[in-house]
Amino acid sequence: MSRLWKEFSKGLWTDLPPFKIVLGLCPVLAVTKTADNGFGMGLAVIFVLTLSNVFVSAVRKIIPAKVRIACFIVIAASLVVAVELLMQAYAYPLYQQLGIFVPLIVVNCIILGRAEAFASKNTVLLSAADGFGMGVGFTMSLTFLGGLRELFGYGTLFGSQIMPESFKPFSFMIEAPGAFVCLGIVLAAMNAFTNRQRRKKGLAVLDNPTHDCKTCGICGH
Amino acid sequence: MKEFFLLFVSAIFVNNIVLAQYLGNCPFIGTSKKISVAVGMGSAVVFVATMAASITWAVQEYLLDPLGLQYLQTLTFILVIAALVQFVEMFLKKAVPPLYKALGIFLPLITTNCAIMGIAIICQREDFTFGKTVAFSFASGLGFMMALIVLSAIREKIEISRVPKAMQGTPIALIMAGLMSLAFFAFKGMI
Repeated sequence: MSRLWKEFSKGLWTDLPPFKIVLGLCPVLAVTKTADNGFGMGLAVIFVLTLSNVFVSAVRKIIPAKVRIACFIVIAASLVVAVELLMQAYAYPLYQQLGIFVPLIVVNCIILGRAEAFASKNTVLLSAADGFGMGVGFTMSLTFLGGLRELFGYGTLFGSQIMPESFKPFSFMIEAPGAFVCLGIVLAAMNAFTNRQRRKKGLAVLDNPTHDCKTCGICGH
Repeated sequence: MKEFFLLFVSAIFVNNIVLAQYLGNCPFIGTSKKISVAVGMGSAVVFVATMAASITWAVQEYLLDPLGLQYLQTLTFILVIAALVQFVEMFLKKAVPPLYKALGIFLPLITTNCAIMGIAIICQREDFTFGKTVAFSFASGLGFMMALIVLSAIREKIEISRVPKAMQGTPIALIMAGLMSLAFFAFKGMI
């Protein structure tokens, strides 16, 4: 039980994607114009990530090592097709808002990265906990970033007015440049915070988590 | 002709695939530490994006549409791209060893590069003809390559300047990308 909790909770802070494990940046930048969109995208990712971890882990002993990546991709793609159909049926406005980033969940490195790094080595239950935890962490991050950009870009939060009437929307935040700068600042703040905590405890200061292909672990570079 | 020219310019500058459409950010940040690496990755993307978009266009037109299987688009496209990348790798290794040496290590990365799949899907959503698909995907690949090379040049300079500890690495790269994106914003009114 404690192991299960451990695997679940690491996605919430210590390995929080995409701030601590810098993976899957495209949807992070693209769909966080508003908190709503970020949250919706996060839910879709929770669904795909949890189930893909479960399936990958269930068939991990049957798949030959050489074709495993292809198998992971097929599993993830089937789940993404399911999400697309579900969203078209029950959340069409959101589906239109997220645009091509719904089918692109399949190439999100978080899905394949977790399949390769965790689910292909662990039991079904642990993999489910890991996938769900990572998904929830991803949703939190996206909602937070979306909220931040929405608050300054539109003056609203989840669609309701927060800023006073006199506030002039800072439209830089909701355009592409704002997305990059905002994510950069949040990452820097995260690094500074982590290292301050570590220094207080007398631990060595860590290097910044870099966005390297190594963190994805798919192709071994 | 004018139409193609506009498509070309808009794909490279106005709707740049990374800086305006948020596609392919992982390799954009991940492989922009050195100019030589950026050139290799950029050319691999130009090459594969053009081929992938053309082949997926044919698959959609002659297989998925006639059979009414449009809902399998995502699954089919990713499989086509994964197989294509495998083939290109094998072909280059046998036929053009120097090119393989230059691009080889970037090819496996490309399967999970969302720019490739994104370009293929955009071509479908915009209902491009075959000619436009080829032009658009080639131009988008070039746009990606240009942005990647420019960012890597900036990052090589940043390497030797004093950056606050917490900003080093990815955060400053993202902020630089943001400033580049802001500069590219000026092209918005052009077309």
